[in-house]
Amino acid sequence: MTTIAPVLEIDQLTLAFGGVKALNGVSLQVMPGSITSVIGPNGAGKTSLFNTISGFYRPASGTIRYRGENITQRPAPQRAKLGLARSFQNIALFRGMTVLDNIKLGRHAHLKTNVLQALFYWGPAQREEAALRADIEERIIDFLEIDHIRHASVAALSYGLQKRVEVARALAMQPQVLMLDEPVAGMNREETEDMARFILDLRDEWGITVLMVEHDMGMVMDLSDHVVVLNFGEVIASGTPREVQSNPEVVRAYLGSGEVAQRTVVEAAST
Amino acid sequence: MSAGFDWLFFFEISLAGLGSGGLLALTGLAFVIIYKATRVVNLAIGEMLMVSAYLFFALAASMALPIWAAILGTVIASGAIGALVERTMIRPMLGESPISTFMVTVGLSSILVGIVELVWTADPRRLPEFMPGDPVLLGEAMVAPKVFYGFLVTALLIGAVLLVFRFWRGGVALRATASDQAAAYSMGINVPRVFSLAWTAAAMIAAVAGIVVGAIGGISSTMGVFGLSVLVVVIVGGLDSVVGALVGGLMVGLVEAWAGAYLGGEFKMIATFALLIVVLLVRPYGLFGTHEIERL
Repeated sequence: MTTIAPVLEIDQLTLAFGGVKALNGVSLQVMPGSITSVIGPNGAGKTSLFNTISGFYRPASGTIRYRGENITQRPAPQRAKLGLARSFQNIALFRGMTVLDNIKLGRHAHLKTNVLQALFYWGPAQREEAALRADIEERIIDFLEIDHIRHASVAALSYGLQKRVEVARALAMQPQVLMLDEPVAGMNREETEDMARFILDLRDEWGITVLMVEHDMGMVMDLSDHVVVLNFGEVIASGTPREVQSNPEVVRAYLGSGEVAQRTVVEAAST
Repeated sequence: MSAGFDWLFFFEISLAGLGSGGLLALTGLAFVIIYKATRVVNLAIGEMLMVSAYLFFALAASMALPIWAAILGTVIASGAIGALVERTMIRPMLGESPISTFMVTVGLSSILVGIVELVWTADPRRLPEFMPGDPVLLGEAMVAPKVFYGFLVTALLIGAVLLVFRFWRGGVALRATASDQAAAYSMGINVPRVFSLAWTAAAMIAAVAGIVVGAIGGISSTMGVFGLSVLVVVIVGGLDSVVGALVGGLMVGLVEAWAGAYLGGEFKMIATFALLIVVLLVRPYGLFGTHEIERL
């Protein structure tokens, strides 16, 4: 058990915007095949952490290791090619395109044809690869139950469906680690339950490691194998959902101090 | 529609209008590629075209290279200049307000004019003749040969560019980047390279336009005002629309030609800007533009 190496290892990560430290010595590990959640109050640095892991921000210090390799200095597109995919808190779909085109763009990182091949040459190897890709796309569409909207323009879809398409597009990159930034934010109960089911299946059926930021405590506690709590850019607790819930510092950070807050947490823990 | 209306004259004027409209469309295409990829309103597109025309002059006339070598050399050198401008002047402006970047391109146009006047002086010059000189007859209508062959080159190049961007992965990357930079970046698309590519491609396209414009009308350090008509074209068509640039280019070309022929040369610009005002009143984002574009 202890011989399994973490797929993602973050060590003493510090990120500063001018004088403000968005992340201050953050360390955490994501084990392969796990669902790991990062929680914390607004402004705790969760999205900053995500943006640093996916390469949008350069940390002032600290390292990010992915499958044992130090990727701290690698630009974002290279990290995507290595199998680190993500979704965004505020949906970032290609709005002018259809659902299918969005998903197809997810595989962009893996294609290697150049302009001449694309124009004049379409060899058997490419055809085979295209068939394989199409197969994967069909599996994704089937899995996320978005078959009925595949030719719809994403701009016309409901918020919940757009989030789902974003996950589909990330899946088309065939990631090993999928980072979801608030996957159920703004969803109704039914959409949330669907998404929770998808996330569990991603781990269990697709073998994908999930790292997510989420505010929906019920979902975080139900799904996660491991929870990391951030506050003011620092890790204040980490462990199983149960351990984190009973941590008094987490309670204080999240709900403030006071009797009502304490009781709310106890109730949440018992559901 | 009086009996005395000269249809042949109208047809000839229209053909000439389409000829210059094709060049406007081509340069508009260069503008749109830059705008789509980088969201930069490049006011220096006319001056980039002018610099290319002078480069062609240097290679073809001063160094007396064969025409094909001069064209090739001009296009490659212009592409390199485009890449250099992007890397040294535009990339550092990433994240700054669109107005600031816009002002950088205004500065760039002054720099380019300055360089050209330092090297070649402000005197107008003629490019060596390299197109067939016999008038072309389309039915009964006669078209000036330079305009005809210029239009042919323009149409072929526009077609090639459209094909490349439709089927090549770089075109897909460009469309994705235009749609959402952050998402494209996280999708494994090298966004800085798309920026660089867009500027290079646009500069090369503008170079061809510059050679043709120079071959038709001669070159001077003020030929960058052509860029002003191009600005009208892309605003009419929509800053981020390739189709808009093509349709807008032909429209402005026709309107200029008709106004010049029937109202007099001084009405050319008035007609163009009147068209601009009408389009802006009816569709403020251009004929084919998307709604959420920059307000300058």
